[in-house]
Amino acid sequence: MSYDLNGKNFDRNLDLKNLRPYGDTLNDGKVQISFTLPVPNDEKGIEAARALAMKMGLPNPLIAEAITLDPDHTMYVVYGTVNHTVDYTDIVVQTVDAPSLSRHEIEDLIDAEIKRDVIVVGASTGTDAHTVGIDAIMNMKGFGGHYGLERYRNIQTYNMGSQVSNENLIRKALDVQADVILISQTVTQKDVHIHNLVHFIELLEAEHLRHRFIVIVGGPRISHELAKELGFDAGFGPRKYAEDVASFFVQELIHKT
Amino acid sequence: MKSKLNLNKDNVDKARNYAKLIASDIQKFINRHTTVSVERTVCRFLGIDGVNELGVPYPNVIVDHLLKNDKLQYGVATFIASYLKYERFPLQDLGTRIDEGLSDISKYDVLDKKEVYSILSKYISDSLSNVRQNASLRQSYYDKFGKKEGPLLYVIVATGNIYEDVVQAKAAAVSGADVIAVIRSTGQSLLDFVPYGPTTEGFGGTYATQENFRIMREALDDIGEELHRYIHLVNYASGLCMPEIAAMGAMERLDMMLNDSLYGILFRDINEQRTFVDQYFSRVINAYAGIIINTGEDNYLTTSDAVTEAHTVLASQFINEQFAKLAHMKEEQMGLGHAFEIDPDVENGFLYELAQAQMAREIFPNAPLKYMPPTKHMTGNIFRGYVQNALFNIVTTTTNQRIHLLGMLTEAVHTPYMSDRHLAIDNAKYIGTTMKNFGDEIQFKKNGIIQTRANKVLDDATELLREISAIGMFEAIERGVFAGIKRTKTGGKGLDGVRAKHAQYCNPIIDHMIKELEGGEIDEL
Repeated sequence: MSYDLNGKNFDRNLDLKNLRPYGDTLNDGKVQISFTLPVPNDEKGIEAARALAMKMGLPNPLIAEAITLDPDHTMYVVYGTVNHTVDYTDIVVQTVDAPSLSRHEIEDLIDAEIKRDVIVVGASTGTDAHTVGIDAIMNMKGFGGHYGLERYRNIQTYNMGSQVSNENLIRKALDVQADVILISQTVTQKDVHIHNLVHFIELLEAEHLRHRFIVIVGGPRISHELAKELGFDAGFGPRKYAEDVASFFVQELIHKT
Repeated sequence: MKSKLNLNKDNVDKARNYAKLIASDIQKFINRHTTVSVERTVCRFLGIDGVNELGVPYPNVIVDHLLKNDKLQYGVATFIASYLKYERFPLQDLGTRIDEGLSDISKYDVLDKKEVYSILSKYISDSLSNVRQNASLRQSYYDKFGKKEGPLLYVIVATGNIYEDVVQAKAAAVSGADVIAVIRSTGQSLLDFVPYGPTTEGFGGTYATQENFRIMREALDDIGEELHRYIHLVNYASGLCMPEIAAMGAMERLDMMLNDSLYGILFRDINEQRTFVDQYFSRVINAYAGIIINTGEDNYLTTSDAVTEAHTVLASQFINEQFAKLAHMKEEQMGLGHAFEIDPDVENGFLYELAQAQMAREIFPNAPLKYMPPTKHMTGNIFRGYVQNALFNIVTTTTNQRIHLLGMLTEAVHTPYMSDRHLAIDNAKYIGTTMKNFGDEIQFKKNGIIQTRANKVLDDATELLREISAIGMFEAIERGVFAGIKRTKTGGKGLDGVRAKHAQYCNPIIDHMIKELEGGEIDEL
């Protein structure tokens, strides 16, 4: 597709079997990408960027800008029309299927169905030094206006902080007779979080404790699908708050008993 | 500088006095103790380096040997002096000889201090003169290229591979970075030894090793020559090996060191006693080497609310200032930390940020303040993130912060790509140029939102410091005053490496440095 204003003759109907990006008109397929090539900023580099964009499925890319990072590295800002489509009707995603309740609904549900405090232990485990994720879910203040579990009238929380070993986390969970274990993994590189999470599940299984707790993992790289694959009960990615996590484990606890 | 904020000067004086009481109380504790890391640092300054076939650094081999034989309370120096006096093998063989069971230095009687100084004087003066040369070389670079005015643009590299870090650091310098920090591998702060040699594997960063320091220093000197600018190098004298890494930084001419006990206590669960003692020696080393420290108050706001808890940042800056003074640091070496972390949805949040940054500037006029970009409220929306960083850059420029950590538009997504770093530098340069003298041109409305906010934070910080001075720092931390995190005096990692000093304890390195920093004659030792 070109950028002229006249020749927009694509189909104006939404076709979910052939879904395309939306720029300024349905089905125009417009996308933006940017990347850096380790070459000088000159005509040849621009041509290389264009060739790469074409291989990505943008048959007639526009290199809107070529930015010199240093003499041997250039960043390209690219616009184009992608020639691929996806079949939206064919996409299946595993999500946590428990409905999300409000804090008060969760508290009432605990009163009515569980009739005692729910005990939750959480930590950022392994070498991960970031507490941002676990704090957002567990601490009083919560995150983005969503109060943390500590604020819930009938949830008792133990936030162990960061760089907690899997062994210590399990020990603590046994000590306080936890119902739920929350693990946060924020910064990861070279998939170190995967090894750590697998190790946690293996430890639980080796001690025959896997069914004793509801185990949940969260973090920016975590999806529910990945969590299930690793043997967790649920996984929560970005834009999930304390009430999403609590809704899940409270309903799960009720099912369990 | 004329105050724009109409700050209550009495409160500033009061706060400073409370902080002084708090710090000197802890200093009494510090003076009575030593740690394994302090003693390993003494080994390093005496020239002991290298690792055995299991990768254990020789300073650890020697210090662990003394610890095992319950002799650490005397300090390592006297036993090394005895080894040289009685065994007559070269100093660099000591580690191997202990490993092989050929030397047991713990059996020697403790020598008189004067004798320790005299036996070790050659080793001490060799390594300290190397440190002094590094400081004067840095000065000669400033003389040659000129010292940059205004904010120093600070970016991080974190590939895990020191050689790849070099590529990224050089590119950042070409883009306009003045300061390069090599982020450490996740978890290094909890290692009770310093890894050795060049490293190419790390998680979320690159191990701090002396060889990695040397490699990066050389690369930055090279690119600095090309660009006619001095490029500053930063690493982390923090965690369980605080003073050892400070020593390595002094030896390899680092320019800034993250160095803050409170950060380690709160965010890494390092034992309070251990890290206060470690911090003191590391700050004396930094003072001696002309290294600027960076403190970690900005981190409080990643867990606590940046509006309601802003006063804890200021209170901690006051305390850190006093700890630094006790370690003989100049104000020009105190990179006190703070941050731009108010939730973007808060009405007039920008005004509060401006008030707080200007407040820090006025209260610590000589300190090269370290100002951190938004992190907590950064999302995957990089386009919005770029705007958040622009607002942060405006505050930095307007209030003349010195150490300007650049925000990355991909903060919540990944460790920065080369292009992310370039865009960050471009953003800061644009605002730094177009708004260069903006701060000089504006005044704040009397008793307006900005003045009121600054005085409120100061009031609250003063009150908090009064409370802490009444109960003591250990108790305050136990109550979770900072960042809402509670730690106990005997909790956390590293307490087993702390020993009360014996009356015959001797640390000739720190004695020597302090003597010189106080302007005394070194020969008296």
